Amino acid sequence: MDTVALLIIEVLNGIASLALTCAGLAIIFGMMRVINFAHGEFMMLGAYTTVVATNAGINIWVSMLIISPIVVGIIGIIAERLFIRFFYGRLVDTLIATWGLSLLLIGIVTAIFGNVITGVSAPLGNISIGEYNLSVYRLALIGLTIGVFVAIYLVLTQTKLGLIARGTMQNPEQASVLGISPPRVYMVTFGIGAAVTGLAGGLLAPISQVIPTVGFTYVAQAFITVITGGTGAVTGTLVASGVFGTVRQLVTYQTTPIIGGVALLIVAVILLRALPQGVTGKIFRRSL
Amino acid sequence: MRLALRLDDWDSRGLLFTGAIMVALLFAGPHIFDLFTLLKVILFIAMAMLALSMAFIWGYGGILCFGQSAFFGLGAYAYAIAMINMGESTVPILLSGFIPAAFAMLLGYFMFYGRLSDVYLAVVTLAVTLIFYAFMRSTSGEEYRIGSARLMGFNGISAVPGFNWPGFPDSPLWPDDIFYVAMALLILVYFGLRFVLRTHFGRVVVAIKENETRAELLGYDVRFYKMIAFTIGGAIAGLAGCLSVAFNNFVNPDKFALAFAAQIIMWVLIGGVGTLVGPMLGSLALLMLYNWLGTQAFAEFLNTYLVFGAIIIVFVLAVPQGLLPTARTLLNRYTPWGDASATAQSASRSGAGDD
Repeated sequence: MDTVALLIIEVLNGIASLALTCAGLAIIFGMMRVINFAHGEFMMLGAYTTVVATNAGINIWVSMLIISPIVVGIIGIIAERLFIRFFYGRLVDTLIATWGLSLLLIGIVTAIFGNVITGVSAPLGNISIGEYNLSVYRLALIGLTIGVFVAIYLVLTQTKLGLIARGTMQNPEQASVLGISPPRVYMVTFGIGAAVTGLAGGLLAPISQVIPTVGFTYVAQAFITVITGGTGAVTGTLVASGVFGTVRQLVTYQTTPIIGGVALLIVAVILLRALPQGVTGKIFRRSL
Repeated sequence: MRLALRLDDWDSRGLLFTGAIMVALLFAGPHIFDLFTLLKVILFIAMAMLALSMAFIWGYGGILCFGQSAFFGLGAYAYAIAMINMGESTVPILLSGFIPAAFAMLLGYFMFYGRLSDVYLAVVTLAVTLIFYAFMRSTSGEEYRIGSARLMGFNGISAVPGFNWPGFPDSPLWPDDIFYVAMALLILVYFGLRFVLRTHFGRVVVAIKENETRAELLGYDVRFYKMIAFTIGGAIAGLAGCLSVAFNNFVNPDKFALAFAAQIIMWVLIGGVGTLVGPMLGSLALLMLYNWLGTQAFAEFLNTYLVFGAIIIVFVLAVPQGLLPTARTLLNRYTPWGDASATAQSASRSGAGDD
């Protein structure tokens, strides 16, 4: 019984961390169709911000929930202004340019902090389920992920900002006729996407190793999940995270984390073969 | 098909110059390089071949594969494992081309028949090479063995026997001979690709890159053509991997690493997408830069990630065509050796001719 409870929590946790990894990408790539290959490095920057801020004596919750998103959001806007905006609409060039940015960010962080593992310890301590010890933070992470997605959903559907953003993504010309400046909307949306990514990096910092190359472990899975999600970026990402997180965690439980990652990829390739438009291309069509 | 070789366009000039230089190198190589340099040159040849495979599928097939390193590593491991088990190099060399080709075909079937393109394709191929990387690194246990070859995890398989004369397992090839084999193979692959690009098949592949919808409306099964092009690329990359093992008798999971996968794309990007010679020169230039950076004291701050990232950004922003096509455009414009069809060529960004 305890094992089953623990396994359920593990699966939920796997889904949550995958969904969190993808949240910012769902906005930048899912909505804006901008391929940000530096996504993993934005997460890495978020994680480093949390580590540095926490080590400087700031409360860990403040560093994770406030400082990380602000810092990475600003970095995202700078990158967007400096060069990503020149590549809008040119898929392959964006891919390569952001990937250059990704290597550059790794290089800069390596030069500053060195190629060593850092980290912060998870807050909230442990609880015991039967004979097992479980970090409360892992439970909190599930709630925090739900919070992040609810917030994204509400902003997109209930606020004027969300309406403008969605309208601009659908038809930039129409939006500019209505007096909205698409470049500014793109900039703000990219910044928000980067901020959410930084938040995710900060939130995952206590349960992962923080090294300059940590982004590599995130980027492939994040892209696969958002792509499998399809056009309805938020819903699709959640559904795909649910499927992949479950598969990965169950296989990992039976074998090793590496086989779990392989299983995720295989399921993704088969899913994409069956539903080339992604999950929201066939089902949940009118979702967001 | 022309009967006489004319020298008024870059296509023929490139073919002639490149061919002449490569053949000259083939015969002169062991006489002008000392042993240490010769071994390095063998590695450069392997990398140039890998660059050719990427130049073909990306520059001519329009398939941006982020995991070309997967086929390279697969070829290297296939050769090492088969060689340790068999002790005679003919079959392992063939396997090192065949296994990656078969894997590329399988992967290509899923990707192209699933209509994955652009970013989807890039991500899937990237994930594939990362999975190989993670898997191979985790195989250090005693239980991971294929036949008598232990996979050895992140330490890699060392002391892999090199090439031997076909049918004579006891007479190994010396570095001079390996150089001849490698260089001859590179020349073969280069001219082979040039030939393929002139056949009907090659022209359809380029047509698909230029305009996929139009090619499809003309009745060509683009999925099939892309899959075959991808398979050819996989085979060449696998053979390059095999050569890289023959160079130092060693293979480790770093052949699958992202940093390496990244380099392959940079070679093509810097040399010029849509040429064959450019990426070969790009690989040479970047490998030399990489080696040089490794010996510098400031490398701790100006590390390779930083330098390569900056190079990529600069090239995408400032020299998006790559060095060779840019040089050709400049030569056409400012020198009397202009191309007969220069105006037509420089007008279209992607149609930079084949050389």
